[in-house]
Amino acid sequence: MDDKIIEIKNVYKSYDDKPVVKNVSLSIRRGEFVTLLGPSGCGKTTTLRMIAGFEQPTEGRIFFNGQDITDLPPHKRNINTVFQKYALFPHLSVFGNIAFGLKLKVVPDGAPYVDKKGNEVQKMRRLTKKEIADKVNSALKMVDLEDYGHRSVNSLSGGQQQRVAIARALVNEPQVLLLDEPLGALDLKMRKDMQLELMSMHKKLGITFVYVTHDQEEALTMSDTIVVMKDGVIQQIGTPSKVYDEPANAFVADFIGESNIFSGTMVKDCCVEISGNTFQCVDKGFKRNEPIDVIIRPEDIKIVDVEDKKCLLKAEVLSCVFKGDHYQVTALTYGEEERNEIIIHDNVKVETGDTIGLYVKPFDFHIMHKSRLINTVEGVIYEQGVVEFCEGRFPCNSTLPEGTNVKVSIDFDDVELTDDEEDGVIGATVISSIYKGSYWQYIVRTDDYYDFFVDTEYEWLTNDRVGIKVAPDKLIVEAADEKQDN
Amino acid sequence: MKSKTIKMHFSRKVFAYPYMAFLLVFVVTPLVLILINAFVADGKLTFQNFVDFFADSGSLTVLGNSLIIGLVTTVICLAIGYPVAYILAKYHAGNKVFVLLFILPMWVNFLIRTLSLKSIFLSLDVPLGMGTVVFGMVYNYLPYMILPLHTTLLSIDHGYVEAAEDLGADKLTVLLKTVLPLSVPGIISGVTMTFIPAISTFAISELLSNRQIYLFGDSINTKFTVAQNFGVGSVMSLVMLVLVIVANVLVNVVNKEDSVRSTL
Repeated sequence: MDDKIIEIKNVYKSYDDKPVVKNVSLSIRRGEFVTLLGPSGCGKTTTLRMIAGFEQPTEGRIFFNGQDITDLPPHKRNINTVFQKYALFPHLSVFGNIAFGLKLKVVPDGAPYVDKKGNEVQKMRRLTKKEIADKVNSALKMVDLEDYGHRSVNSLSGGQQQRVAIARALVNEPQVLLLDEPLGALDLKMRKDMQLELMSMHKKLGITFVYVTHDQEEALTMSDTIVVMKDGVIQQIGTPSKVYDEPANAFVADFIGESNIFSGTMVKDCCVEISGNTFQCVDKGFKRNEPIDVIIRPEDIKIVDVEDKKCLLKAEVLSCVFKGDHYQVTALTYGEEERNEIIIHDNVKVETGDTIGLYVKPFDFHIMHKSRLINTVEGVIYEQGVVEFCEGRFPCNSTLPEGTNVKVSIDFDDVELTDDEEDGVIGATVISSIYKGSYWQYIVRTDDYYDFFVDTEYEWLTNDRVGIKVAPDKLIVEAADEKQDN
Repeated sequence: MKSKTIKMHFSRKVFAYPYMAFLLVFVVTPLVLILINAFVADGKLTFQNFVDFFADSGSLTVLGNSLIIGLVTTVICLAIGYPVAYILAKYHAGNKVFVLLFILPMWVNFLIRTLSLKSIFLSLDVPLGMGTVVFGMVYNYLPYMILPLHTTLLSIDHGYVEAAEDLGADKLTVLLKTVLPLSVPGIISGVTMTFIPAISTFAISELLSNRQIYLFGDSINTKFTVAQNFGVGSVMSLVMLVLVIVANVLVNVVNKEDSVRSTL
């Protein structure tokens, strides 16, 4: 148990009642390189700032070496941060910046002794000038800036400032180093170099790194463990290969790497159906005919001859683009029910309009439970034939009496989105979209924070405002259980 | 094409002429007149005016008093203004009303402000003298100290404060080692905006000390209007001008040293 250096337990954080981090629990092992990964606004930086002590959790506790540090101010934590914009002090030289923390540090002076009253006393002292200079110089050496101590921080390039920021944090010998998108401001080449340098530093120093980024490639390259977050909720915790190969849900699959995501049905163990075609897979333990999401990585699909007996599916090539080390082929599958668009990475060149055969190993069908099968929301009958939920009044075919508390269920493809917010019964904001081969699955958030899942063939962008309406016969209205009514 | 661009250039320059004319008539000419007057006595070119001024211990005392009062005023303004500006920037970052409360006195004519202050002192039976003069000066110049300080303190990125905390600085250390050094430009402009007007002011001292305390500005005023001694008055104006230039140069040197220090 004691190899856990940081434990976050059921942490919530909200600003003005707007939740940013929701019930996050996370353990970080000593010496681990953990990356918090997610799109902007997913709560990853807020989580990091709570570990550093700049933010207080609204609820929940944070432990450091088993001690509760939730209320400890940042300057008393043995944790240092590399900030996104470096925050190097412009009034100090490079040397002065790195020495800042050392000058404030107190260290034990001599062996502890027992005073007259029998208490054990430990004299403390500040570091001497020589000690500080030695430490700063070795920190500068570590980041390859030996001759830069006297320079002004503003005269340095972005990459050099970044190194100073890392040296400034590491010189204090923290047990945990927090890095808040430290490479975001650097160009691609520099970023790649710094990634490798940070990894070798981590290996050499053996301290715990907690790294925040929205760059999935960076996370996959550097981390021991990736924590994927979305909307303040942890979606998956795992090693890079686990997160890549076995994404926990469609969001993770879509966010990490490129992927083809389809809706399907689990016919029986090891047999999945997608748009009328059945395929062999290796997943078991799903309910019979359970609707599921299937994820297939583009590089796991092989192009084969249509006559080949390995051919599982035929598709028509829509485009073929050379990407340096592979061709990216977009193809439209031939199917009995609907045709799905599929992206393939292979090193065979094909022509637009060609019919190709596709083969996927059973192992490479990744089957996931759907995060939700139907939209369910609580409401009340406003008057006969009208149900009120999410602050909107929808006509329905229910004959339940006025004032009844009800549970309203709406299938994903029965929610209609309108371009003009006024045309819908209620307004909502598109917060995520995932392409599922032949249609888009959106999550739209109403103004009272209910998230509707919507399947539609029309395209919207994230953050678009839309209206929501539902045909009366598509609203499934049931009287709510009295038990839940509190 | 070429002639056209020249014409454009020429025509744009024209817009500067009114201001240049203004400068010539109301700034350069008076300065030249002062310069001439300083070297002319009884219709002759002479250094007599300088001799008169520097031999008069009374004038020099007035000059010394002015410098001391200017310095005291500036120090008090800084001592009061910095905490005020800091608190305003820290706790009311978005609240303009509080800042306005401190700036509001600037909107009232300074003679009216000073006269009302005098009435308050009189009604409270406060004896007019050095104390009331310094009080009046601080009261008048405090907003000029607070405003640049407030602007500078507001512009300090909170990231620096967090970085200092992260490196082990408690609240006081953050203030002394991070906020204070970063606000030096604000301190410099606040000091400039307070000290230079304070040493050249007149009327405040005259009104708030019942003419007991004469400052340099007052004494120049009297030389011209009462004694009608344009020569010595001009010399005094030149001395004033030199003092202001010296103060500015000193401030610039400090400023430059600061930026040099950060490059070293």
